[in-house]
Amino acid sequence: MKILIVEDDLEAAAYLSKAFREAGIVLDHASDGESGLFLATENSYDVLVIDRMLPRRDGLSVISELRRRNIHTPVLILSALGQVDDRVTGLRAGGDDYLPKPYAFSELLARVEVLGRRKGTPEQDMVYRVGDLELDRLSHTVKRAGKEILLQPREFRLLEYLMKNAGQVVTRTMLLENVWDYHFDPQTNVIDVHVSRLRSKIEKDFDQPLLRTVRGAGYMMKDEAVG
Amino acid sequence: MHRMLGRLTALYRTTAVRLSAVYLLLFATCAAFLVFYVSSMSENLLQQQMREAVAQETEQIERVFDNNGMNGLLRTLERRSRQPGANLYVIASPTGEVLAGNVASLQPGVLDTEGWTETPFRYQRYQEEARGNNRPMAYAQVSVLSNGLRVLVGRDLGEPENFRNLVRQALMVALGVMGVGALAIWYLIGRNALKRMDRMSGASQRIMAGDLSQRLPTSGSGDEFDRLSESLNTMLGRIEKLNEGLKQVSDNIAHDLKTPLTRLRNKAEAALAGGEKTDHRTALEEMITESDQLIRTFNALLMISRVEAGQAPAEMSAIDISGIAHDSAELYEPVAEDCGLKLVTEIADGIEIKGNRELVGQALGNLIDNAVKYAEGSGGEPEIRISLALREGDVVLSVADGGPGVPEDKRDDVVKRFVRLDASRSKPGTGLGLSLAVAVMEMHHGRLELDSTHPERENNRGLTVRMVFPVVAD
Repeated sequence: MKILIVEDDLEAAAYLSKAFREAGIVLDHASDGESGLFLATENSYDVLVIDRMLPRRDGLSVISELRRRNIHTPVLILSALGQVDDRVTGLRAGGDDYLPKPYAFSELLARVEVLGRRKGTPEQDMVYRVGDLELDRLSHTVKRAGKEILLQPREFRLLEYLMKNAGQVVTRTMLLENVWDYHFDPQTNVIDVHVSRLRSKIEKDFDQPLLRTVRGAGYMMKDEAVG
Repeated sequence: MHRMLGRLTALYRTTAVRLSAVYLLLFATCAAFLVFYVSSMSENLLQQQMREAVAQETEQIERVFDNNGMNGLLRTLERRSRQPGANLYVIASPTGEVLAGNVASLQPGVLDTEGWTETPFRYQRYQEEARGNNRPMAYAQVSVLSNGLRVLVGRDLGEPENFRNLVRQALMVALGVMGVGALAIWYLIGRNALKRMDRMSGASQRIMAGDLSQRLPTSGSGDEFDRLSESLNTMLGRIEKLNEGLKQVSDNIAHDLKTPLTRLRNKAEAALAGGEKTDHRTALEEMITESDQLIRTFNALLMISRVEAGQAPAEMSAIDISGIAHDSAELYEPVAEDCGLKLVTEIADGIEIKGNRELVGQALGNLIDNAVKYAEGSGGEPEIRISLALREGDVVLSVADGGPGVPEDKRDDVVKRFVRLDASRSKPGTGLGLSLAVAVMEMHHGRLELDSTHPERENNRGLTVRMVFPVVAD
């Protein structure tokens, strides 16, 4: 995966470059809005990470200009403003995800990976499969090894999101945002409890774990047998 | 004297005075125009009447001459001359020599042309002293009799002149009275306004000096000054509140953020000093957890101040509050259950309010989170009730727990930033949950009410927190 980071804070950019490279992601860096726009237009990237406040051209205007030029590379907006209305304006300008500063790198990495692989995600797939677990989006049924598992509607959506992003780390905030559609800080471990309930339902009678907890980051659906 | 002048200058600068000056000027112009119009019209009328009278008399005189001859004419003129306010009569030879009449002297040339004199002329009667150049003036008609004699019948101009003078005088008096009246009104109105303005600027100066508790005076009359003062006072109240909040926060930051920062530093220090045998990985993970908590606190603080400053979500729209209540209940239900608490809902469906979904969700989340935290293991009733209902036109969303509750005298305190009743701070949290809920409610023009769930009990009265949204008709 190849991404572009448009960030004027050079120290933060250097840290991000190093961390992304360690995670196996190739990265270009632009330090102002104009050169960011140029690079994003000239080259092809999987994801653009754009800071909102940039010299020479504001981050939101870079995004709208890209969209105007018919470049639909997924964009993650980084912002120090980080409040509800800013998120709304950011997404309205054409951003695909929004992460307020300060953020944990694991959170940024997880979101970039999900955005970057979005292209390959078969949205139209009606059945998601991870190992012997099967989720039918049409009939709203979940089966493991042919045996039906009964889930609450929210548990179904939770599993659906996890399976859609199988093989990728999904953070707690991503789950709250995508499954519950809230962007706030739930204070306690509410998400963990939901996940552990779901886990007990899909793993209770089986030896092979499918839903892993990634320390310090979140969760990942993975068929461990495949590796 | 100087002070008086100063007051007058200040008075002149008031809007009321300027406005009335403009009105006065406008009115005076109109009045002057009207008076001149009326007077010139009546003057014309008078002159016309005079001409008619003179023409009539000339005719009569001609008739007298025709009937009674020269002697008759002279007798008639003599008789008429004796009457008070008599006209001017002159009989002259065709060459212009005055033969008879009641006029001692005439401006030369008056008798030369027949018909009306073009312009008023000067004349003098018998027995009247010449008063310098100021001899009276008259209009006259000159006619020629059948024997060639010239007859002049004239009328003094005094009458229309007097009339004109009278009108002018009246105008002057009226303007004078108007001016004096306007000045008096300026003074009274302007002084009153000025006094109130002085009081207002006095109060604002004290406020600028730093006394934010000062308020602008109101007279209670509800006039425009009062309305202005009232809205300024509301603004001051808000500023004062923000300022207090700021003070409180900076005090609390010093205390509440220093503690975790110190802890963070100590951990780093301990890990460093421990050498090889310490588990650096665990230490680092702990430090990340600690910094996450700090970030969380900062974010909450930032959010509260932005919500309070009112600049946060301008995004207010119709939101399905029933849905939010259901969502939140569902979100927290497993956590509550893990803590041995039963989450009961009593949610009226289909209620909408104007608001911000994220913020209302966050505020409600904070309340449920608190309820779970404090009711857990308190020994009280293990039930948390989330209810949404319409009450007297308000939408009331409440979270009731069976925990230890909050004593009545502490309820004002717990909504303040960083205030936590349990001094040991054994429960996790930022101490900002209720403050945010209060700020969110204020942004929605509502309020947060704290109450006991079971007021009749000795212990564990429980806490009920109500988010009250007023329903505003669009």
